[in-house]
Amino acid sequence: MIKGGNRTTDKLLMDRSVPGRAGVVTPDLDVPEQAKLSPDLLRSNLQLPEISEPEVVQYFTNLSQLNFSIDTQFYPLGSCTMKYNPKVNDEMAFLPGFANIHPLQPAETAQGALELLYKLQEFLAEVTGMHGVSLATLAGAHGELAGVLMIRAYHHSRNDFSRTKIAIPDSAHGTNPASAAMAGFDVVTLPSDSNGNIDLDQLRNLAGSDLAGAMITLPSTLGIFDENIVEVCKIVHEAGGMVYGDGANMNALLGRAKLGELGFDVAHLNLHKTFSTPHGGGGPGAGPVCCVESLTPFLASPLVTKSGDCFTLFTPEESIGKISGFHGNFGVLVRAYTYIRTLGAEGLKSISGNAVLNANYIMESLKDKYFLPYDRQCMHEVVFSADWQKERGVSGLEVAKRLLDYGYHAPTMYFPLIVHEALMIEPTESETKETLDAFIQALVQIDQESHDQPETVRHAPHTTPVSRLDEAQAARRPDLKWQPQ
Amino acid sequence: MNPSDRQYTKEHEWLKIQDADSNLAIVGITDYAQAQLGDVVFIDMPEIGSTVVHMDKMGEIESVKAVSDLFSPVSGEVIKTNSELLDRPELINEDPYNEGWILQVILSDPEELNSLISAEEYQSFTEQA
Repeated sequence: MIKGGNRTTDKLLMDRSVPGRAGVVTPDLDVPEQAKLSPDLLRSNLQLPEISEPEVVQYFTNLSQLNFSIDTQFYPLGSCTMKYNPKVNDEMAFLPGFANIHPLQPAETAQGALELLYKLQEFLAEVTGMHGVSLATLAGAHGELAGVLMIRAYHHSRNDFSRTKIAIPDSAHGTNPASAAMAGFDVVTLPSDSNGNIDLDQLRNLAGSDLAGAMITLPSTLGIFDENIVEVCKIVHEAGGMVYGDGANMNALLGRAKLGELGFDVAHLNLHKTFSTPHGGGGPGAGPVCCVESLTPFLASPLVTKSGDCFTLFTPEESIGKISGFHGNFGVLVRAYTYIRTLGAEGLKSISGNAVLNANYIMESLKDKYFLPYDRQCMHEVVFSADWQKERGVSGLEVAKRLLDYGYHAPTMYFPLIVHEALMIEPTESETKETLDAFIQALVQIDQESHDQPETVRHAPHTTPVSRLDEAQAARRPDLKWQPQ
Repeated sequence: MNPSDRQYTKEHEWLKIQDADSNLAIVGITDYAQAQLGDVVFIDMPEIGSTVVHMDKMGEIESVKAVSDLFSPVSGEVIKTNSELLDRPELINEDPYNEGWILQVILSDPEELNSLISAEEYQSFTEQA
């Protein structure tokens, strides 16, 4: 809807400023006047917008209505598991007993909160088939870093300092090599074979006494389940290495396969993906780290333990230490706990079943229109290539931009890197068949447009609040500072 | 077309001998590489005076799509980098074989040139990819 007058969001707050206008009227001074600050502590040129309170509220409310969210539109962003976040999660997190506690208050006055953390540790251990869990890590990549630091601490505790390498598949999330490098390891790339599985011969060649471990995502970012995964873990173990599991894609496995039983030694879960806590905008996440017994002494502090009826925080004896300020993102942990309790074991199992079913439905419905580089049953997400459209002069990016005109969030593009013109679609379990059908229809139409009216696709989007952004120019010559006209 | 006055790697770099007597070569990325990357927005080049190693990572190139490693076609000492690219990374897209050159290197082992492929071989390699 067009918003008249000052309701438009085109005009920045700074541009709305009128000298002397104010949002609040400060009361007359009724306390003794204090000495003024020395002028050299003050700056005179700080420009702040002078506007009224209603203008500020209108501005931000109108901006917020431009938000794209899972509560407003379908959001099939591959590898991100943008599932619906049940509102009961928020209700529980807002309970005063959870919302109004302080991380520094004595443990005996926050027993309910600690009990929740303790039970969540147990649930996540059960889901992953692992022994120990730390909830302290605040994001997926944060969990990766903690896990890789644990692998390093484990080898060092055995006086084994020769293990300098971490093997990572070429389909991995970019955070995997970044985490391994941050932990001081050299990254070696594991190629995928023609089926999208890890190339076992190449892994065998790499697996030596200098291998600290491997970081594996299951299902892989190609959305496929590596059926050699047990053999992969075995090869790494026989070389003396540890297997790290990137749990970003756990939505495909919930209640069906346990990483610990497959041979993984340490893994993180993305509560903001698999366990329905808010996701996006870099907002608060949680990437708990789960591990087998031999790595438990190295978990990040603090863990919650139970003795008698009393819950206390403790630091494992060989802990990699604190990795965040307090106990992790507590409000997020409450939401994940609520999700697990709401669904129960059978409910969680149905999540993975529906997520996989939905992705395969999209795959089968579109594979005659969009090239499918790995034509096999997928898990929770499907990776197409826009190679066929590219031959008609329409790139994957442009297909994705055109989807915005149809009211859908774009899929993940150009990832994984080993697929040309990749379009990675993850529908999650949240959507109805009607939504999936409409989305499929939109992609069919866009394919048709790439034949009939490629220019329409090439210059999309046409209906969004702003048209195509020049992302190259934005990165090359960023203009980050407001300046008066 | 890929110029035939230079050699190529399967990692999509080119190398052109500038002065055979002093083993001076100039290095860049191919037209195929820039087309695959899309708009280049940043390049991280090795320091002048640093040593690069045959087919080891020598830097990074960032496009709107992804960050990719740059590999050195040969071993040697970097004597010059294309500072123009810091302000105008788009030169790599616009003119990868000339103005978009990346660095100059003094080869320490000219034998390594035998491992590089010709323009024709590179052409058929990219057609298979």
